[in-house]
Amino acid sequence: MSFLSFAWNWLKSPAQWHGSADIPIRILQHLGYSGLSLLVAALIALPAGIWIGHTGRGGVVVVNVANAWRAIPTLGLLVLMVVLIGFSALAWLVPLVVLAIPPILVNAYEGVAGVDPGLRDAARGMGMTGWQSLRKVELPVALPLIMLGLRTGAIFVVATATIAAEIGLGGLGRYIIDGLSQSNYAEVAGGAVLVVLLALLVQVIFVILRFLIVPAPLRIQARSDG
Amino acid sequence: MNWPLLWQYTGANALLGVLPAVIGLAIALPLGVACARWRWFYVPVLPLTTILYSIPSLALFVVLIDYTGLSNATVIIPLTLFSLCVLVPNVVDGIRSVPQPVRQAATAMGFGPLRRLVRVELPLAVPVIIAGLRIAVVSSISLASVGQLIGVSSLGYFFLDGFQRDFPEEIYVAGAAIIALALVCDLLLVGTRRLATPWSRG
Repeated sequence: MSFLSFAWNWLKSPAQWHGSADIPIRILQHLGYSGLSLLVAALIALPAGIWIGHTGRGGVVVVNVANAWRAIPTLGLLVLMVVLIGFSALAWLVPLVVLAIPPILVNAYEGVAGVDPGLRDAARGMGMTGWQSLRKVELPVALPLIMLGLRTGAIFVVATATIAAEIGLGGLGRYIIDGLSQSNYAEVAGGAVLVVLLALLVQVIFVILRFLIVPAPLRIQARSDG
Repeated sequence: MNWPLLWQYTGANALLGVLPAVIGLAIALPLGVACARWRWFYVPVLPLTTILYSIPSLALFVVLIDYTGLSNATVIIPLTLFSLCVLVPNVVDGIRSVPQPVRQAATAMGFGPLRRLVRVELPLAVPVIIAGLRIAVVSSISLASVGQLIGVSSLGYFFLDGFQRDFPEEIYVAGAAIIALALVCDLLLVGTRRLATPWSRG
């Protein structure tokens, strides 16, 4: 249990809760980087995935590219950005967005493409245009998978923001990276506990969001290989 | 470029990436079979895989330093857990996707539950299980490089070295090596699936 006692002693020390780099500020930084990256990724991937799913063109390419995408090493992408353009917002934003795009894109595509053709026909039969059918029928039915994609993207982004402390980004990864370089194990343990708690909090937020956004009859256990 | 070092770390990275998927499969098969058979058993397992999967790898690595030190196990254990999160649901889905008439036919031919599982259900579940295995092995190979941050050697060495020395070529080569390694493993798995499911070849 020494890990948890280390972490607990570090967490309850007042030094961690006051000053310019205290725990609340690190948490807000972490959420800020993650939120911004997820937003940018969603703005790119959601319209693209929904459109490809709606028209049904390019689907095979999307799924296969997303599969190969997983091989891209996060750490390598982060350090490469810094070596190429120096440390700036772009240096961490690009890798975080790049990693969050595939799960959002694939799930949005699969969600819309997987809508029962009978439903599309019914929408058409009721006199809906393609656009109306997308907005009123296909999108609501695809929502569980779309939310799953966003959740997976959020998980990737929170994890990668932790590693990005290596290139100088703030957030909770700082405690782990700084603690490792100073052989301060208490700080490493405390940071790890905070990162785990934050990751779980993000999960809980998505469970609540799903409950609020997805219509009740569609709230089946959606799962895919995001 | 230091070629002997590149080979050495490519080997280390392959080990750190492939072992978790192999160990993960060895655990996921019995666990998945149990979950497919007893529905109540799956109820707590499924959310557990989701929760575990959301924990950043770096956090799990540093938690384990205290128990396993700077050995390969410190990287292999968390990556095995991540692999399980992908593999267990896939094994369950694969077994459940076997059509009921097929199951009944096996029973009618006199297959007991165990023989039906080994000779009928698992072979038919192979495509879904291998789909999960592809995800597990590719992500493990890619994530293993993060272990370098806690000092467990892999191709990630060149990322940190290239970062400190401002040497992008080193990062390109190591990144390309990781992607190549992942694609080779992926192709091997696709080949295995073709061999294991001769009936699916048109």
